[in-house]
Amino acid sequence: MQGRNFTRREFIRNFSMATFFGLSFPFLSSCGKEMVEDFLQKHFLEMTHEEKELIISRLEERYFKKYGKKFTVSIQEAIPNTLWGYGLDLSRCIGCRRCVYACIEENNCSRQEPQSQWIRVIRLRKGSLINLEDSEHYYNPDYVPEKEFIYIPVQCQQCENPPCVKVCPVHATWKEPDGLVVVDYNWCIGCRYCMAACPYRGRVFNWAEPNVPKDKWNLSVHYLGNRPRMRNVVEKCTFCIQRIRKGRYPACVEVCPTGSRKFGNLLDPQSEIRYVIQNKRTFRLKEDLNTEPKFYYFFEA
Amino acid sequence: MHSFKETVKETWRFYRKTLSLVFTGSKEYYLWCILLLCIMGIGFLCYLPQLQIGLITTNMRDQVVWGLYISNFTYLVGVAAAAVLLVVPAYIYQFGPIKEIVVLGELFAASSIIMALLFVTVDLGRVDRFWHMIPLIGKMNFPSSLLAWDVVVLNIYLLLNLIIPIYLLVKTYYGKEPNKKFIVPLILFSIPMAVTIHTVTAFIYNGLPARPFWNASILAPRFLASAFCSGPAIIIIVFQILREYTFIKIEDRALFKIAELMAYAMFLNLFFLISEMFKEYYSNTIHIASLKYLYEGLHGHNLLVPWIWVGTIMNLIAFILFLFPVTRQRLSTLNIGCILIIAGVWIEKGPGLIIPGFIPDPLGEIYEYIPNFRELFISFGIWATGFLIFTLLMKVAIPIASGEFSHIQYEREISPLKMKSESN
Repeated sequence: MQGRNFTRREFIRNFSMATFFGLSFPFLSSCGKEMVEDFLQKHFLEMTHEEKELIISRLEERYFKKYGKKFTVSIQEAIPNTLWGYGLDLSRCIGCRRCVYACIEENNCSRQEPQSQWIRVIRLRKGSLINLEDSEHYYNPDYVPEKEFIYIPVQCQQCENPPCVKVCPVHATWKEPDGLVVVDYNWCIGCRYCMAACPYRGRVFNWAEPNVPKDKWNLSVHYLGNRPRMRNVVEKCTFCIQRIRKGRYPACVEVCPTGSRKFGNLLDPQSEIRYVIQNKRTFRLKEDLNTEPKFYYFFEA
Repeated sequence: MHSFKETVKETWRFYRKTLSLVFTGSKEYYLWCILLLCIMGIGFLCYLPQLQIGLITTNMRDQVVWGLYISNFTYLVGVAAAAVLLVVPAYIYQFGPIKEIVVLGELFAASSIIMALLFVTVDLGRVDRFWHMIPLIGKMNFPSSLLAWDVVVLNIYLLLNLIIPIYLLVKTYYGKEPNKKFIVPLILFSIPMAVTIHTVTAFIYNGLPARPFWNASILAPRFLASAFCSGPAIIIIVFQILREYTFIKIEDRALFKIAELMAYAMFLNLFFLISEMFKEYYSNTIHIASLKYLYEGLHGHNLLVPWIWVGTIMNLIAFILFLFPVTRQRLSTLNIGCILIIAGVWIEKGPGLIIPGFIPDPLGEIYEYIPNFRELFISFGIWATGFLIFTLLMKVAIPIASGEFSHIQYEREISPLKMKSESN
């Protein structure tokens, strides 16, 4: 019974795709092979391993043609028994925004018009923490930190109950087994419902073709992370999926000059992040929304 | 099998005849159509760069991700819902030509839904991947995503509003009685569906705790109440145009009755607004920010303030005009009231509902959005498309419904008798 159901679904899909393809053949033949391949590409989670391999070799070829660089596209899966968690020491953060720019470089984000920032550092007057309405996004003093202010870096909080995943009409975004919320850039239809649903502004839209200077590409990329994106799709922080699945720290953790950023496996009792949760007084942003972020803010003293 | 073949053949003949109807008309008809086609053309030309360069050509940004397109979408779903709900009073109060009203209402709803779907289409970043949303073929996130729900119910509703009037018209065309067992359940089904499409559309916004402005349970009732104002307001105007230019007869009595129902709806709409205002202003939590931005401005940002006050005052004046029988039952004041409602509700539940939801954004940033010319022209283009579709539908539907345009054989047999009985 199960098998028959599956074949029927497959049949409907193949038949209608074939019909559609047949009907639109004159149109499709006028645009390139690439567009046809893109149009027919399956959802990432529905591809077999062989199909994924084919897709990434095709991507590498295409990136070479387009950007003149040899990218290595990884499809490395989640490491078993990991659940990534992040800690951020608010008493140490000086608001220098080095994390913001390290992130942009690491993740091949659009540099300008508009600049795609996966981390936003907001400045709040001391004495206030929860009401973000008085936050300043574009503070620009000669020196940080400033006496009267504290800084809160905010990025995707990798919620356990992600509202963005709940609302996406086409399953283009989902939570990986290691807790990362990722996007299939080739499946996203660009409706931006996830951005409306996110309480942390964890998502950024490619309003135009992202622009990255030719010599600035990071060539080590992950399919679900920092590979070059196209216009009109959504993108987001993945805790540097391309790094952490290979045992490295996220770029923002590495670059932070004050050591405010902690990272590790929540399932490992010996990890740094577990130490933070055990020994510091942590809180999470907008806990009242029940999104269960895996991003813990804390204070040193 | 035989009857199926015949149906196909008959349908084909029917379509051929409709084409000749569409292409003949008065000077005003041609002028109107050409005007609409020009606006559509300009809209399309504006759309092409948006498609090629990206949505950066609009004024939407990461802070305000939905703008004029989704505002129009929301408004039009309401109009579509209300148009069909007009069928109910038409039955209850026996508004003369009920069949015409059903046909007209449903075709009007269909045109509005097409406009609404077009607005979603131009708002989509990757139109080329639309098939990802089609059930079974794509990978629809059903039942979790309200947008998936909306796609389903809007398409069912569109289908209903095409099947019912086309079926009725084809039957009339051939001088046959419609099969009541087939069509009455469908008409009845379209009524709860009208409520459903608007409720689901409200839930799209309502279900987002990240946006306190929308996360109020009054939202869906408010949507329905305001739809009952704007939809009938447009219909009253359309009725008057139609009885001026066509043979369709609609009594003033029917218009006044609709106006009375609109007065109740506007009362509810204003009452819900006051409830919302009270809750926000009296409790005065941080969640009031968006409402404050809309009605009085926030931290010196007040781009929407004049708009919403104009809209609110329009609604108030219209309410007073519709409340008193003296002004409600005079065509001049009735029409003023209708125009005030059409514009007032558009401001209130279009831009006045969508944009403040994003201001301030979840991290407290204020980005003031106002649509640019490209968005405006694309929107005009879509409205023109809807008007053109409705005009063409009416051009064919009215002669058929009123019996002037029918199958040759039927004309020969029945029409002389019918003319006779009508003149008596």
